[in-house]
Amino acid sequence: MSGSDTTRTILLHGALLAGLAALDFVLPDYHHGVLARVMVLSVFAMGYNIAFGYTGLLSLGHAMFFAAGLYGAALPIYHLGWSVWPSLGAGLLAGLVLAVIVACLALRTLGVAFMIVTLMFSQVFYLTTLYFTTYTRGEEGLVLQQGMRTLALPGGHISLANADVRFWAAWTLFSLTLVITLFLVRSRFGRALVAIRENEERMRMLGYDVFASKLAAMAVSGTISAAAGAAYAVLFGYAGSGFASIQYSILPLLWVLLGGAATVLGPFVGTLIMFYLIDTASSYTTPHMLVVGVALILLILYFPKGIVGTIRAKWLRWLP
Amino acid sequence: MGFGPYFLLATLEGLVTAAVLALTALGLSLVFGVMRVVNVAHGEFYMLGAVLAWWFASLVSGNPALGFLLAVVLSPLVVAAVAFIADRLVLKRLNYEAEGTIVATIGLLYIIQQLALTFYGAEARPVQAPFDWRIQLPWFGYSAYKLFVIFASIAILIGTWFLLRRTNIGLIMRATQIDRDMAQAFAIPVGKVYAGVFALGAGMAALAAVLIVPIKQAHYLMGQDPLLLSFIVVIIGGLGSLRGTVVAALLIGLSDGIISMFFSPTLAKMLATLLVALVLVFRPQGLFSPGGVAAR
Repeated sequence: MSGSDTTRTILLHGALLAGLAALDFVLPDYHHGVLARVMVLSVFAMGYNIAFGYTGLLSLGHAMFFAAGLYGAALPIYHLGWSVWPSLGAGLLAGLVLAVIVACLALRTLGVAFMIVTLMFSQVFYLTTLYFTTYTRGEEGLVLQQGMRTLALPGGHISLANADVRFWAAWTLFSLTLVITLFLVRSRFGRALVAIRENEERMRMLGYDVFASKLAAMAVSGTISAAAGAAYAVLFGYAGSGFASIQYSILPLLWVLLGGAATVLGPFVGTLIMFYLIDTASSYTTPHMLVVGVALILLILYFPKGIVGTIRAKWLRWLP
Repeated sequence: MGFGPYFLLATLEGLVTAAVLALTALGLSLVFGVMRVVNVAHGEFYMLGAVLAWWFASLVSGNPALGFLLAVVLSPLVVAAVAFIADRLVLKRLNYEAEGTIVATIGLLYIIQQLALTFYGAEARPVQAPFDWRIQLPWFGYSAYKLFVIFASIAILIGTWFLLRRTNIGLIMRATQIDRDMAQAFAIPVGKVYAGVFALGAGMAALAAVLIVPIKQAHYLMGQDPLLLSFIVVIIGGLGSLRGTVVAALLIGLSDGIISMFFSPTLAKMLATLLVALVLVFRPQGLFSPGGVAAR
């Protein structure tokens, strides 16, 4: 990778982050809130992209990692009265542990079987959240009150329920994940993942430990997804079983497909567009999930590279 | 009522579940076996069958048997036609590539489900059984219609076996399943076979739904449980194996009723799903086939 590409990459992503930061001051209330949510959800999509886009592991169960982070953070806050920082840590840890266990089992399978196994594990997780309704309150969910969501910082305590704080917290998490992803995919490890996606046999023959690389990819992917879940719980103060349902495994797939699989910016672009599409559709009709179905089929048929992927293929070859 | 009759009742109920499940799962299994396509929208074809059955039955007034007869003939045909079109418009263009078709059938799932919500609504509606005789056993009376469902399912299963093993159509299907390219070389129209099998699989799900809809009501979300259960049956029975599918459906159908008597249904579903995921991880050829095709 040449020096000028690195400069351009840094400039582009820096400009995006600066632009998002500037939007904090100009956006009207509603879109301000939406953007905060989209930034958190696109962290989830970026996590998914590591497994699906870069490593070629089409998981249909990432809702369980998001939900592991969500409950890992929300349950200690709600039931044990933990403060925000250790709860976030608990959420991340829950996602990491779950991702390693699931990956150890699911990576024994390939292709279609991998999709079904991840789908089923995720379904088990979803049913578990329903079964322990006493603690999770099932579909109704836990609502974290404002008082439970104060973040201790060196300068004092701030409330995450405040819209501006929430925006900056989401922006910080988003920026961190973007930078981490950027480093990861440009590292030797990231390129090894892409090579495994393209030709697993050859990588094995070259002496790479394919299983270990895939396991690491799933662990990173699951942990980032869990980070999004944990952040969602503390920023928006809600954790419900719905986030563990199949729909939340399908959505990141859709976001990444729309934005462009195996592109760093694709997950954000896809999440942003899809969020507004569903939002607009639901203001017209009740069956707004129709949009999701139609989008999935159109994307897979006519636009498999997604938006950023197409831009990269046609114009900007250097895009990471 | 003592334990014996109670157990008999649970077994009968389990047999009804198993009968319907076997048909639904066989449809999924055929599609996977011949086309190597995992049809995530299978449960929605089942739902569509039930919803259409309600619609057809509501067209006919008077004797409920007439409405049911109309539903039993037309509903699977319409669903099969929908599946046929979906295959030509979507799956064929993806060249039946595994990951693409899964994503596409997920899309199909949402489209069918949300269209049903739009045109049919969120209510659950019953279809009247064609007859409502009761058979009086020494301990309890039992619906003759439920017994009819069991026997109808057995008849359809035998018919399917006959179709697959004793007719030219079955021969062509099996040839396509074993070696697609070789079948093509012998002038078998593989594309048409695929479309036909996809339609047949969807039609079987719809037929199963028409049979169950006088017992359970038609609802736009009713496809989710059969989808999961069919996956479980097909995986335990071995992907693409007819005998394994039937045995596994019996096993799951019977144990579902009996386990649910002792445990909470959520826990039963949880354990069953976990178990099946582990079967797929450690024994992808299924529990009953000694060395079948590994799930790829």
